[in-house]
Amino acid sequence: MSNNLLFDFTVDKTAKTVFVTREFDASQSLVWDAFTTAEMLDQWGAPAPWTTQTIFMDFKVGGRRFYKMISPEGQEYFSVQDFTSISPKTNYKYISGSSDKDENINPEFYGSENNLDFSEANGITTFRMSIKYKNLEMLEMMANDRFKEGFTMTLNILEKLLTALKQR
Amino acid sequence: MRRDIFQAIADPTRRAIIALIALQSMTPNAIADNFHTTRQSVSKHLRILTECQLVKQEQQGREIYYSLEINKMKEIDKWLEQFRKIWETRFNQLDKVLSTMKKQKK
Repeated sequence: MSNNLLFDFTVDKTAKTVFVTREFDASQSLVWDAFTTAEMLDQWGAPAPWTTQTIFMDFKVGGRRFYKMISPEGQEYFSVQDFTSISPKTNYKYISGSSDKDENINPEFYGSENNLDFSEANGITTFRMSIKYKNLEMLEMMANDRFKEGFTMTLNILEKLLTALKQR
Repeated sequence: MRRDIFQAIADPTRRAIIALIALQSMTPNAIADNFHTTRQSVSKHLRILTECQLVKQEQQGREIYYSLEINKMKEIDKWLEQFRKIWETRFNQLDKVLSTMKKQKK
């Protein structure tokens, strides 16, 4: 595993958009599979000690992935990703948001636009992603004091981050 | 009143005000001198920034000075850093998954 793979994370607050770039020492085809098959996503999609489990994934335009993030304490957070565009191996897009365990979407936290690009050069695959948030509350709630009450700051921020991560 | 902190800094004039008072605390009039806009407009921006606790007011003699609330800005940066770390962790996990997959294909 190479340690000099590019990793870049930037936030354009004006555009409400997060940009993530990462290189992987693997073929584009392999990286694509790691992002687009449930079995593989479940292996890396949650930052340890959290875990993730895909309940179903219908990877096609108009299809949906319904999944949950599970905290170390066993608490479950459900999310959906609705696929809007797929260009095999190179790009896919989805709208994401939070839901309850019965797949009912929370309108307040639905609508983030995710755009994922894959390209390969010299055996290294570059992954580029942008997440455009529909509402700023999603970002703001992470920084807001009122969400820190009653918890230790770190634990609470982590939980809220993972709520945001559910739309990945 | 609850204000959206990211909405507050999404406005270019407000970002310019933040940049301006980051260097030194200033009175509303001094701030307004830097913009082609009315004092009322600047006052409104300052009010929004104050409500988000991004800037604070200090009375010095007869004047009110506005300065940057550094801790609030740091709080945003801290959150972003943690957000970044989560991505980093996930990608490191993915490196391992990819490495395993490559071996299986051989």
